[in-house]
Amino acid sequence: MMKTFLDKVLAKADYQAVRLLSILREVQAQYRHIPGEAIDLLAEALNIPRTQIISVVEFYSFLHLTPQGRYDILISDSITDHMLDKENLLSYFSSALQVKVGDVRSDGLVSLNNTSCTGMCDQGPAGLINGMALTRLDRPKIDEIAALVAAEKPLSEWPAHLFIVSDNIHKTGLLLASSLDGGAAIRATFSRGIAETQAELDRSGLRGRGGAGFKTAMKWRFCAEEKSDTHYVVCNADEGEPGTFKDRVLLNSYADQVFEGMTVCAAIIGASRGFLYLRGEYLHLHDKLQAILQKRREAGLLGSGILGSNLNFDIEICLGAGAYICGEESALIESLEGKPGIPRNRPPYPVTSGYLNKPTVVNNVETFMAAANIAARGGDWFSDFGTEKSAGSKILSICGDCEKPGIYEYPFGVSIRQILTDCGADDVMGVQIGGPSGTFIGNQELDRQLAFEDLATGGSFIIFNNSRNVLAIAQNFTHFFAHESCGFCTPCRVGTSLLKNQLDKIVGGHGSAGDVVELESLCHLVKNNSHCGLGQTAANPILTTLQRYPDLYQKQLKDISYEPGFDLDGALEIARRMAHRDDAAAHLSQVED
Amino acid sequence: MTGTINIDGQNIPFEEGQTIIEAATAAGIYIPHLCHKPGYTPHGSCKLCTVKVNGRNCSACTFPAADGQTVINNSDELQQDRRRITQMLFVEGNHMCPSCEKSGNCQLQGVAYHLNMLDNHFPHFFAHREVDASHPDILIDHNRCIFCNLCVRASKEKDGKNVFAIAGRGINKRLIVNSPSGQLKDSDIAPGDCAAHVCPTGAILIKRTGYQVPIGQRIYDHHQISEVALAEETGHGE
Repeated sequence: MMKTFLDKVLAKADYQAVRLLSILREVQAQYRHIPGEAIDLLAEALNIPRTQIISVVEFYSFLHLTPQGRYDILISDSITDHMLDKENLLSYFSSALQVKVGDVRSDGLVSLNNTSCTGMCDQGPAGLINGMALTRLDRPKIDEIAALVAAEKPLSEWPAHLFIVSDNIHKTGLLLASSLDGGAAIRATFSRGIAETQAELDRSGLRGRGGAGFKTAMKWRFCAEEKSDTHYVVCNADEGEPGTFKDRVLLNSYADQVFEGMTVCAAIIGASRGFLYLRGEYLHLHDKLQAILQKRREAGLLGSGILGSNLNFDIEICLGAGAYICGEESALIESLEGKPGIPRNRPPYPVTSGYLNKPTVVNNVETFMAAANIAARGGDWFSDFGTEKSAGSKILSICGDCEKPGIYEYPFGVSIRQILTDCGADDVMGVQIGGPSGTFIGNQELDRQLAFEDLATGGSFIIFNNSRNVLAIAQNFTHFFAHESCGFCTPCRVGTSLLKNQLDKIVGGHGSAGDVVELESLCHLVKNNSHCGLGQTAANPILTTLQRYPDLYQKQLKDISYEPGFDLDGALEIARRMAHRDDAAAHLSQVED
Repeated sequence: MTGTINIDGQNIPFEEGQTIIEAATAAGIYIPHLCHKPGYTPHGSCKLCTVKVNGRNCSACTFPAADGQTVINNSDELQQDRRRITQMLFVEGNHMCPSCEKSGNCQLQGVAYHLNMLDNHFPHFFAHREVDASHPDILIDHNRCIFCNLCVRASKEKDGKNVFAIAGRGINKRLIVNSPSGQLKDSDIAPGDCAAHVCPTGAILIKRTGYQVPIGQRIYDHHQISEVALAEETGHGE
């Protein structure tokens, strides 16, 4: 029976090992885990070592070697969810479902766990059930979910209101306000000419919207100039930076423009295949996007001979499976090839050696959308906005302590203060710009600008008011990086966990003189020696808050010169339980008087 | 492309396609490393070979040499970072040199001596790791694995097999064996395989050979790892 199921899945994947991740996603959905028998059968059918399959299963958070519940519930652990009382709701969920967090209930019906930010920070507390997004969780909703689970009602029959995902667009600008007729950018590219369109893109000054800001025209030119029989276009929709959700909205309401941008890129670099790498958390968008691709094929905007030209190009959607690191372009490519998402050594860069070692352009969702509009309207239309070094606009995902969380588009160069006024934030303590990997700024710095030359961002903008605890914020982010480190290189694999433990020690009141100095030196070690952007930015939450609030860290320290790094009395808990004792002599104080 | 690069003030030649560590080794300059081995596909994961190339930190084992590069290899800052990275490897696993049969021949230990590492500095993780003694001739002690990937590459590239892989994520990385049971005895490894001999630490050992050479008479008991590495690797590096 398993063989029949696998044959069907394998046939759909054309027996290609590069599609391992999507194959495993289907196996997981069917059996709630990847059974050993399936590993053996897949290894043989795909002609790959079973160790590759196990490595992939262990790498991605949404794949498991042991069965999860038939209703597998994950609650988003983003700082914004915490600010919306996530921790209490999780306990409530746990007792309503009678399952411990991190466990599968003994009858196998339901499992409950935490997961990294699901990209719903404007409508949290959020979660996932069997991969489908849950938003605005509260106690009545949890009661409703618990009843549906108890009744074992199939997910497809659950009331739609549980799965509502809103766009929450509050401020449109250059991109969000303009509409583009299907095919307009492709037609403009053909009539203007490939080289001329390249020149427009160059003139626009467009830089990558994922945060790193590499000039898009240059990336496309490098890739086009690379001699090869095959080139690829990849759209990076693995939007995993906590606090970011703009790509979710762009793909929900502007997907045609994104696909159009990818098609223009294909025309310029000479690609015939493209991929949309969609983060697993956005499963709810998958069918809708497939339908849009199908419509574009029927309209002659994808497929062979696009709009009567000699351009052949089509796009495949690949779903991720819970790994923040796959937002790094070379890790994303590894993932597309059916492997764990471990960032590659560079050089070579993807433009020369990307997917299957062929020249590949990887760009963010917003970049492709901007490129489509530039191809249709010309470079000046874009570069008239923004600053000299940061042309055009930036779409922000705003969440945290404000009246109207959601999507806002601004010309680059806008001040932080302006943004805070628009979204209704007062009593601001600080703002996390660009997510955990970005910068924390305090309320003395609100006149700074959003731009590559000052505060660069991939779009995440999290607001904290004065009731929030800076150390708790740094702790949440630091735990996130330790959880998401791929483990390839020593400084990040070991270092992010050491950072987590050292910060926990200090915040937990077990730090002594010298522990903050040690924390800071560890931060620099991880930052300076790590293999990729994850490790190089993993210490930013500590470094940027330590720089601004050194007293908060120092105040946590004990006055004594040496404090045990663990809770002495807590360590005796098991012994007390075993001996059925709880008298005074069964307790130890942390330090000798 | 050929040309010269400058390492710590010394001009050295390189040939087309050489990495910085290959050019350095050929010129008799030692750059500390653990996951790098001449003749194997560069991996770049241990980060001990981090050098400053034109002001930027790069892994010498993967970064291509290019004409005119200024490379800093031997600075206090880099040596301090390398010492800390080595200490990270020591606290991540469970390394008990005095009771380890690889002691004296262990490259992790050799590098630690070279970097003048005198303590572990960081708190230990005390990870729970297993020993796989199932194979009649080869032992895996997971406590000592540093995830350098050399056995994985040796099995694939040299032995034409796929006995090993690294699974897991983050601090939960683990070495896994390609066999139905997951045990080494059910894999197709042979005692003569490169994969059985390449481990720089005592994680993969040939049984019944551990004490043939007494402790005190072993390689790093008498020689700096820098000399040993250069003597062994110069030929390959060309």
